[in-house]
Amino acid sequence: MPELLLGVLAIQGGFEAHLRMLRSLGAEVREVRSPGDLEGLDGLVIPGGESTTISMGIESGGLAEPIRALRRSGGTIFGTCAGMIVCDDAHLGLIDATAARNAFGRQLQSFEADLAVEGLGDEALRGVFIRAPWIERHGPGVEVLASHEGRPVAVREGGVLACAFHPELTDDPRLHALFMAMTTSARERVVSEGDFR
Amino acid sequence: MRQVTERATFRVKTGLAEMLKGGVIMDVVTPEQARIAEDAGACAVMALERVPSDIRRDGGVARMSDPAMIKGIQEAVSIPVMAKARIGHFAEAQVLQALEVDYIDESEVLTPADERHHIDKLAFEVPFVCGATNLGEALRRIGEGAAMIRSKGEAGTGNVVEAVRHMREIIAGIKRLSQLGPEELSAAAKEHQAPLEVVHEVADKGRLPVPLFCAGGIATPADAALMMQLGAEGNFVGSGIFKSADPERRARAIVEATTHFSDPERVAAASIGLGEAMPGLEISELAAADALLQDRGA
Repeated sequence: MPELLLGVLAIQGGFEAHLRMLRSLGAEVREVRSPGDLEGLDGLVIPGGESTTISMGIESGGLAEPIRALRRSGGTIFGTCAGMIVCDDAHLGLIDATAARNAFGRQLQSFEADLAVEGLGDEALRGVFIRAPWIERHGPGVEVLASHEGRPVAVREGGVLACAFHPELTDDPRLHALFMAMTTSARERVVSEGDFR
Repeated sequence: MRQVTERATFRVKTGLAEMLKGGVIMDVVTPEQARIAEDAGACAVMALERVPSDIRRDGGVARMSDPAMIKGIQEAVSIPVMAKARIGHFAEAQVLQALEVDYIDESEVLTPADERHHIDKLAFEVPFVCGATNLGEALRRIGEGAAMIRSKGEAGTGNVVEAVRHMREIIAGIKRLSQLGPEELSAAAKEHQAPLEVVHEVADKGRLPVPLFCAGGIATPADAALMMQLGAEGNFVGSGIFKSADPERRARAIVEATTHFSDPERVAAASIGLGEAMPGLEISELAAADALLQDRGA
């Protein structure tokens, strides 16, 4: 099979660091600003930034329905920080969870901390939290992969991965690698079911 | 598992600026304006008492804003709130940190408090953004602890020419540095009057270690698109929005042009029907009157 083709939503925020990280892991990447940019993608990263700005850009660019369609046809989604908020049930509704915005506080309360992440082995992942949200509520189908101070900060449901922190700002590619592995297996499933996107 | 928590690391400080990339930071003087900016898609607001064009017109000493006004703006919006301190006025910066603003702009738009020294920004937990007209200035500010750099441009003029000059200077300087051999970097650091380790880092990576934004004179969507194409990673807009005929629409249009800077059709569509832009000022007249803000705090 060819390399994964992954999009990174490039309306506003930390999209460049995601592009660099995915490229270093061998994915083909594309900046997504318009619906046409979503065509043929195996997965989409929704980066951190300001969730109000990104949400407005999604609306004004007519991207909401095309992103949901990508998900319905088996494409995977990885939302980080503001991207996690954009994925929640109050926004694009890609995951059965509600994020609380700026829940960890203002910039003065921003921090980094070691996290134990389900499925990434024993070595801690350094989480960089910037005016970060947490998951306030989630449905039974949502798997909590990591928590900080008792708050879920990394979750997965089906082909949607979301975290409150910024793995793209570190040199540790394990969460992106997990997303790519999810994307590869989702693509194999789509191919085996004969649904060629 | 250990959960060693650290605040105010370099990564946490630059991290917020990373998240502001591709966005527009708007000057606002009231909570009402802050809400308009947020609704238009601003990724942050700069709380200040007077926009630069009014500071320029009124003259006198321009200082940090009234804390009550900053608090009012913090309560009005959920996006990050920045505020300005005078160059070298570390006590104003301490007040802004106590108010928990998200970023401090050590700004030449206010009247400098110290003619020789900038604030020791490493001593603060809140991150700083500083202006620069060339690479040396940018590297000196980074050496002092700035976590974000913006062009100075010439604030309050609605004239983008100085921002263009500064952005080109900075980008060309980075390109030149990255072509030098290791034995040439020490002389380059001396030339730029900048710390050697920062010079090494820039030469090595081919970019600044912190995000680089544009500020100073943006008045139209096309101005915003121009600066992004010249290498800015986001835009500050001061007087350009709330001194124009229709701030709501212009704010939206400048946000749209900053995101879709490489798509002229989108920039064209965003530019239609905005009414009058802010009135502009000619730089040579200001220079003759010795009224350039960019010369403060090099």
